[in-house]
Amino acid sequence: MTHFSKLLGASVLALSAGMATAQTDITVAIQLEPPNLDPTGGAAQAIDSVLYTNVFEGLTRFMADGSVVPGLAESWDISEDGLTYTFHLREGVTFHDGTTMDAEDVKFSLDRARAEDSTNAQKGLFTDIAEVTVIDPQTVEVKLAQQNGNFLFNMAWGDAVIVAPESIDTIASNPVGTGAFAFADWVQGDRIELTRNPDYWGTAPALDSATFRFISDPTAAFAAVMAEDVDAFVGFPAPENLPQFEADPRFQVLIGNTEGETILSINNKQEPFDNPQVREAIAHAIDRDALIDGAMFGYGTPIGTHFAPHNPDYVDLLDNSPYDPDRARALLAEAGYGDGFSTTLKLPPPSYARRGGEIIAAQLRDIGIDAEISNLEWAQWIEEVFTNKDFDLSIVSHTEPMDIGVYANPDYYFQYDNPDFQDLMDTLNATTDPATRSDLLAQAQTMIAKDYVNGYLFQLSVPTVAKAGLTGLWVDQPTAAVDLTGVAWSE
Amino acid sequence: MIRYLAKRLLSLTLSLIAASLVIFAVIEVIPGDPAAFMLGLNARPEAVEALRDQMGLNDPLFLRYLSWVGGLLTGDFGTSWTYKTPVAELVSDRIWVSLPLAVYALILSTLVAFPAGILAAARRGGLGDVSIMGATQLGVAIPNFWFAMILVLVFAINLRWFPSGGFPGWDDPLAALKSLTLPAIALALPQAAILARVMRSSLLDMLSEDFIRTARAKGLSRRQALWRHAVRNALIPVLTIIGLQFAFLLAGGIIIEQVFFLPGLGRLIFQSISARDLIVVESVVMLLVFTVIVVNFTVDLAYALVDPRLRSRG
Repeated sequence: MTHFSKLLGASVLALSAGMATAQTDITVAIQLEPPNLDPTGGAAQAIDSVLYTNVFEGLTRFMADGSVVPGLAESWDISEDGLTYTFHLREGVTFHDGTTMDAEDVKFSLDRARAEDSTNAQKGLFTDIAEVTVIDPQTVEVKLAQQNGNFLFNMAWGDAVIVAPESIDTIASNPVGTGAFAFADWVQGDRIELTRNPDYWGTAPALDSATFRFISDPTAAFAAVMAEDVDAFVGFPAPENLPQFEADPRFQVLIGNTEGETILSINNKQEPFDNPQVREAIAHAIDRDALIDGAMFGYGTPIGTHFAPHNPDYVDLLDNSPYDPDRARALLAEAGYGDGFSTTLKLPPPSYARRGGEIIAAQLRDIGIDAEISNLEWAQWIEEVFTNKDFDLSIVSHTEPMDIGVYANPDYYFQYDNPDFQDLMDTLNATTDPATRSDLLAQAQTMIAKDYVNGYLFQLSVPTVAKAGLTGLWVDQPTAAVDLTGVAWSE
Repeated sequence: MIRYLAKRLLSLTLSLIAASLVIFAVIEVIPGDPAAFMLGLNARPEAVEALRDQMGLNDPLFLRYLSWVGGLLTGDFGTSWTYKTPVAELVSDRIWVSLPLAVYALILSTLVAFPAGILAAARRGGLGDVSIMGATQLGVAIPNFWFAMILVLVFAINLRWFPSGGFPGWDDPLAALKSLTLPAIALALPQAAILARVMRSSLLDMLSEDFIRTARAKGLSRRQALWRHAVRNALIPVLTIIGLQFAFLLAGGIIIEQVFFLPGLGRLIFQSISARDLIVVESVVMLLVFTVIVVNFTVDLAYALVDPRLRSRG
């Protein structure tokens, strides 16, 4: 055989090999860049979007449908009194730096999150933990101070992932976890790169590497997808362009649910909103369909209470507050505001709030309430509205999963103070029986709807635009995550 | 010359001190607690308080100003609260996007503006002049982010000659230049238009000066007088504009950097302001002020080189 034919043979082989293997890398765009890479030290959703289940894992984890399944804990036993959880950890799990993941790491992670000087953004997840004890390297025992029916759910959050004391000091810029992908590089302002973890304990992912890019400008987002510079855009910021992608065979559009209940939040302690009739009037003034069409280009599910419609425990309470401007005017008159009144509507930056605010203000004007809009930046919103409670009305999406519990906190920014509801939540937290829990949750949803605490608008949806051949992306977002472990290119 | 220099240096120092006070004061009074922002809606008050302590936000304002300025003087720009990396590192990464972009745009705009301005002045009132002036009018009027979008639509989405945005890094210089080309063109267009107009009017002013008449009287043709005498003198106002434009291009690319999602200084400032990463905003803005002041200082020196009278006058 001559050199030439050898070469020819080799190149034919290489060519056919190249054709047979599918693409094994991916470029995913999300809107915001994570400020740092420590999921246990900040609330920014972008941190979880990049790292959750990809790089970091917890004792339990969320699946795409929102269910909670075993993560680093293979199984667990719960004592009769519901106060002691014994977690059995998986064998042979190592961190990306080669150190072993064992019960000591679990104890370290949980103790760190609940410590006095902890800066964990979801410290509330850990407050019921009384003691964490290492039984042996594969077994860890968590004692709770009181029963908590949500405990396994809480441990699935991105804020409860297992970290190692060896690598904790540099976690913000060099995260070391146990996940299927290891952190490779972060070019700040531009991209984060992950590579496959060859020593992963679970099923190896189909992808070899992944690049996250950050594009917040809607026009730039459109251009990047159209030019095929990115393979998928999770949380695509230009809903007006979605029909164009739907019509294009090169792309697929996935519309998913989030845990974001978008509400017109009302300061329940502020006159005249301390009068339930006024709040009821506002609830009847809102035309949810017009709002969803106008502000969200039709993407969003109307809600009648503070609960996600895709949750099995959801109760449809839309009939409690149908759009009925006449009734709204009558209620206002009954409350002594027949001539209407002036108020303010403070809006954070997301488009659901800014666009939605204009429409809500117009709908309120229709029943005689003159709401003056002021647009705030996030940091300003958190200080004025959230911390100082210096507001009348606002629009915001509450994106934490299962966050109806905030209504039990009378100091929470909308200041709903109902002892019955607080008792109900105490009972719920102490209940582990699923049927009873479901019943209690239904009562809770009904109570806040009947009290017209806030105006319940819609469940925020999340659009994902991806190239046609991509499979395994999460459609819904039960938590902020771009889980790449099941993503693959089909031929 | 020494006196001229000393005066310039003194005004440079005073400007820097004034700038640091203004920057610090303005940025510290913006409402929005950085710690509360970082921890979000479910944060416990004690967690926010712990973070405020860590960030040094509970120290008196005056002490924080002194420690910031003290740090700047020793070359320590502080550590970003959100990125948790030294500001100097953040800036040095970004500057390699913003600086080349600004230089690239400036080169493009000068390459277009000088010939256009000179041609327009030489053919004053002619067809060339009218069409060049019309084009510059358009160039000034078109918003650069809109022009950027059109560039993306044509050259990134349809023709696929350039990426729609992002920056691959300088490891691959060709790819880096490619990704900076569309943003540089978008930035250069209005600058070129302004520069061409300044060049033209400055040249026309010169052409009516006595020394040009003298040169013509000595027998030079109009064109020769223009090239040998007028252009050089017309450069003074043009240099001023270039100096201002460079400072603008370095800091003012925020919108273009958003449109092309480039990891430059503008985007860093934008992100830091919305995250209330005050230390980054303060240090980067201060750095930009420093750059602008130094550029102006250099332009002053350049005047002195171009125009010997300034040297002796002081």
